[in-house]
This record gives sequence, C-alpha cells and structure tokens, in this order.
Amino acid sequence: MVIRGLVKNFGDTRVLNGVDLDIGAGEFITVLGPSGCGKTTLMRIIAGLERQDAGSVEIDGRPVDALRPNERDIAMVFQSYALYPHLTVFDNIALPLRMRRLSWRQRLPGMRRIDRSAQAIERGIAAKVREVAGLLQIEPLLARKPAQLSGGQKQRVAVGRAMVREPRVFLMDEPLSNLDAELRVHMRAEIAQLHRRIGVTFIYVTHDQAEAMTMSDRVVVMMGGRPLQFAPPGDVYADPEDLQVARFVGSPRINTLPGTVHAGGSIEVGGLAVPFDTGLAPGAQVTVSLRPADTKIALQTPDTAGADRAGRELAATIVHRENLGSDLFLHCRVEGIDATLVAREDPGKVGLLPVGAEIRIGLPVEHLLAFDASGRRVRPGGRMTSLAQPAAA
Amino acid sequence: MTGRGLGPTAGALRHVVLMAGAVIMLSPFVWMVLSSFKPQSEILTAELTFLPQRWAAIENYATVWTRVPMGRFLLNGAIVTASIFALQVLVNLPCAYALAKLRFRGRRALFAVVLLGLLIPIHATAIPIYILFHHAGILNTYAALILPFAISVFGIFMLRQFFMTVPDDLIDAARIDGVSEIGIVWRVMLPTAMPAVTAFGIFSVVAHWNDYFWPLIAIGTRELYTPPLGVAFFRLNDGGTEYGVLMAAATIVIMPLVAAFLLAQRRFIEGVTFTGLKG
Ligand SMILES: Nc1ncnc2c1ncn2[C@@H]1O[C@H](COP(=O)(O)OP(=O)(O)OP(=O)(O)O)[C@@H](O)[C@H]1O
Ligand SMILES: [Mg+2]
Repeated sequence: MVIRGLVKNFGDTRVLNGVDLDIGAGEFITVLGPSGCGKTTLMRIIAGLERQDAGSVEIDGRPVDALRPNERDIAMVFQSYALYPHLTVFDNIALPLRMRRLSWRQRLPGMRRIDRSAQAIERGIAAKVREVAGLLQIEPLLARKPAQLSGGQKQRVAVGRAMVREPRVFLMDEPLSNLDAELRVHMRAEIAQLHRRIGVTFIYVTHDQAEAMTMSDRVVVMMGGRPLQFAPPGDVYADPEDLQVARFVGSPRINTLPGTVHAGGSIEVGGLAVPFDTGLAPGAQVTVSLRPADTKIALQTPDTAGADRAGRELAATIVHRENLGSDLFLHCRVEGIDATLVAREDPGKVGLLPVGAEIRIGLPVEHLLAFDASGRRVRPGGRMTSLAQPAAA
Repeated sequence: MTGRGLGPTAGALRHVVLMAGAVIMLSPFVWMVLSSFKPQSEILTAELTFLPQRWAAIENYATVWTRVPMGRFLLNGAIVTASIFALQVLVNLPCAYALAKLRFRGRRALFAVVLLGLLIPIHATAIPIYILFHHAGILNTYAALILPFAISVFGIFMLRQFFMTVPDDLIDAARIDGVSEIGIVWRVMLPTAMPAVTAFGIFSVVAHWNDYFWPLIAIGTRELYTPPLGVAFFRLNDGGTEYGVLMAAATIVIMPLVAAFLLAQRRFIEGVTFTGLKG
C-alpha cells in the first residue's frame, strides 16, 4: 500500500498535512500519535469514508481513490466496535458476506426460505462464520445480541466481522482503548497472533506507546497531521529523528537540556563542554536529551567532589522520588540551569538516595541525542539526518 | 425524586393526587361507556345514576350496527390509517436519515423548512388541497383521504432527532460491509429506531383514526366514511340525538384504539420517554 501526499482540511483547519507512507504487504504498522493529530482521519481516508483534498492511496499498485469503501477490500475495526445492536453475533459476522454473496433479491426477508441457490450460499456463509468464530473462540456467543457481551467479547466480534471476508488490509482504530488494562495486554497478544496467522497488512492506530512498541513491525509517529518518523519500534525509541518523537515515545519522558554549540566540536550544557560535533555554526542553540534509563547519577561524596570530575558532570539535587518497585525514578534539579532530569535507578539503592541528596549526573556522549532549534535530529560528526536535509536527493 | 425519602403522609398524598388525576382523565370515557348501556329516557333524567336501571346495551349497539354499515366504516378507518402510516414510514425514514447523517449542500436550509412545516396546521392547507384534488379528480376516493398525510413533517423531525443519536461509526461500519445508503436506512436505522417508529406510529394512527375534519371535507359518499364520520351520523338526525346510540357508536370506534394501545403499551411508553415527547 502506498500513500502519497495526503492532505485533508476540515474547514480552515488542516488536519492532514502531506502524509507519505510506503507499507509492505503483510506488515503490521502502528500509527502512534497524541490525541487530535489526525490518526482517525487518516484511517477514514484509507477506508474511503472520507475524501482527501489532495494526494492518493494505492493498494497493490491500484489507486483506490475513486472506489467506494466496500470496493476497496479493506476491513475496519472501530474504537466503539460499531456492532449492529439488533443483530445476533452470528448475523453481525455474516452481514458482510451476505451483502457480497447474495443478490438483493435473495436478501429480501423470507427469500432464503424459497430460493434454493440462496440456501446453498447461506450454508457457505454459515460455515465461514463458524470458522471465524472458532478462530476467535466466540462460538458459544453466536446466538447473543451485542448488548449481552462484555467489552472484550464485543471487540472479538468486531474483529470477526472484519476478518470474515478476508480483506487485503485491516484497519484498526484504537480497538483496545475501551478495555481494562489487563484485558488490553491480553488482546494485544491475540491481535499480534491473529496478524501472524492471517498474514495480511494491518494498520493499527493507537496513542498507547506500549501497544505500538510491542505489536508492530514499524511505527509511524504522527504529530500535527504529519508523519515525523516511520521506523521499527526500537529505532523510534533509541534513534528518534525529531525532538517531538523523542518526547512522545518513552516513559518517563526523555530528559532535555538546553545547549549551545561551541567551536571545535562541542556543546556547552550547563557549564559543561560535551564533546559532540554537530556541524552547526558556533553559537547555535540545540536541545540535548538523554533517556532516564541512560542517566547515571552518583552521590556527591568528598572524594568525588574533586575538581577533576567537576568538568565532566553536572551537580544536582534530588527533589522527588518515585519508587515503582521495579524501577526507582529520581527527579533531580540541576544547579545553574533551569532543568529537572529524571534518572532511573535500581530500587535497591533507595536508602542511599534520599530527597535532598547532593548528586552528580554524567552526560555519556554515546547516549546523548541532539536536536537543532527546529527540533530535527543532529548526529555527531556533523551529519544531518536524512529528514533534515532540505531536498538533497 | 422517587419520594422514598418522604414520610408516609406525603406518600399517601401523592397517591391521592395521582388518583384524582386518573379519575378526571378517565371519567368521560367511563361515562361514555355507561351511557351506551342506558336507554334514552334514563340519560335525560335529572338525577345522576351510575349504573343503568334498565339495561339498553343490546338495543343501542344493535341500532348502531343496523342503522349504518359500521363494519365498513371501521374497515375504511383501518385501510386509511394503515396506508397513511406505511407511506409516512416509507418517506420519513430516508428523509430523516438524510437530514441527520448525510452531508450535503442546503441540509440546514432543508431542515429549517421541515421545522417551518411543523407550524402549518392542516386547516391552512385544506382548501388548496381540496381544489387540487378536485382538479385531479380524486376527491371521494381513498387516495383523497391518504395522500395529504403521506409526508409527515412531524415524523421527519422526530425520527431525525432520534437518528442524530445513532453513532456515525455504526453507519460507517455498514458502508464498509457493503450496505448501500438505502440499505442502511432499512437494515440499520429502522431496527435501531424501532422505539421511535413505534411511538410515531401511535401518534399517527390515533390522529388519523380520530380525524374528523379532513374526511368530512374530502368524502361525500357513505361507502368511504371513516369511523368519526360514522359516529357523527347519529348526531342530530330526524328524531333529535339518540344519546345512548351515539355513545355506543363512539365506544365501538375507540375500542380498536384501546385494544391496540393495550397491546403496544410497553413499546409506546418506551418510545415516548425515549424521544422526550409528552402526549
Ligand atoms: N468531521 C470533522 N469536522 C471538523 N473537524 C474534524 C472532523 N473530524 C476530525 N476533526 C478534527 O481533526 C483533527 C484530527 O482528528 P482525528 O479524529 O483524526 O484525531 P485522532 O488523531 O484520531 O485523535 P484521537 O486520538 O483523539 O482519536 C481534530 O482536531 C479534530 O477536531
Ligand atoms: Mg481517533
């Protein structure tokens, strides 16, 4: 599936601002972004429920922009499940097949009792519905109405209705957001398994980064109607192309510090000169950031207070502590600059690191990420990222 | 709200008030039914008696059936009200769906016109419609009784308000599943709007079953009389009004409605509370 230059305006507000994506067949893609960034709008345009103002969508090399939703061979699972309340689970799942396989005359009430060919088709539909229900383990629910189902069961029925006609592309718009935390983790695994089993392209929308990180082959991080980065989950976390991506992915949030580029390949951060050749002009403002997990702190003891260490570490004070049992997060106020860093530590050290303790924070160059004033990533060695290169290719 | 926190006196008082209301509402009906059992002489006496001293029920009801073809009138009423309701559903549902869920140029203006239509009573349009039907040559037919009510702005308005509450996702899901727009109206909107359709159905049937004004204008031959015209037949004929017979006719006419209401009671109350309308 190829998406080119999608633009969508609602009145005067631009909701999608040039979306380009190349999605391979059978890939599991997650669209991750904060509320209101246009994820649902993107899904609706792909599904054909909304018309774009510019750009095109191609599936298997064929533009689908002029096709109606049911002609696109796409299935969608809605956040609200959107099950037909008056139909049983069986009929809910059977409806897409009935619309496809039966002629309108055969769909008239009562016709299925008279028409022999309709009966044969109906038997085929029933077999298919049972097969799907078996796969999703909802066979005992087939006779119930949606109102008699739990959230997780409704979710499964919605998936069943989507997969019964074997679409080429599966769209899921925050399908798990109405479930409780435990069920969410469970369904996460089930959807990933389902993808492996049926092997079609999945496009999965979420604003939950755990879902994005655990389920997908690649993640699209969207902000303000634009994809900022499209990469495997690990890269989005460890190698973000944009400061907004770095801030959005990872919990707790990535630490950021203001810095100034100095001549001779270094950045000055809070009085420290960090060797980091940005290739930017001296005096340029940059943002230096560091994941809490990579932020290492040490107690300021008389022997570490020596002048030889002062040039390489920031002096700070612990102002707040969060002990989650598995992790200990320390909020540290850095002296001299207006910034608070969060450091992850082993909870075993909780006794050693009381609130108010004077500490030192190192800035390990290999973990530092630098971003220029517009938020784009700058890499050491003066290479700009491909995104940052203005129309080079 | 439930009054459970009130003392026993207040609770009793509440029941007294409600009972008084019920008595006031019901007494004309009860009186009508009782009068239909009484002979003319007893109805016209000065003193009030509750039960008839001499039962004249059989005479009164028999007079109704022999003097006019009451069965025919009831059948006419059934044909007319059923046709009106069927046509109204056929027109109102797609209209209400378009006004509630489709985006098109002029939708707001169109809805404003519908609201405006709510303000125009049948009495204002009766004469033009009469002249129109006269030229079309369909006065004195079933068509003349049915067609003026085939489109109900009230029904469009009521269903549109209900359809606004149906989630868009449901309609989009149907579109993806391959249901056409007309299919959505009948396969998705109608089943979900059943309480509203039932409520509207009762308003419509009651209004047109009891309608006296338009049939009086449009119909001249007795074969096409609707039940209210049949009742009116017993008013002021040669020997003055025979009240017992008149009441018997009125009782016969409202019986089908009462029966239908009792059957549909639960759904009706659901529908009315659902749409927030008060009868
Ligand atoms: N029909 C519409 N008319 C006008 N504006 C709309 C419409 N639909 C969406 N928007 C606006 O477009 C923006 C993007 O909406 P969208 O639903 O795509 O966000 P989202 O990324 O799915 O958010 P969420 O995570 O909350 O679901 C929002 O600012 C929203 O207000
Ligand atoms: Mg959304």
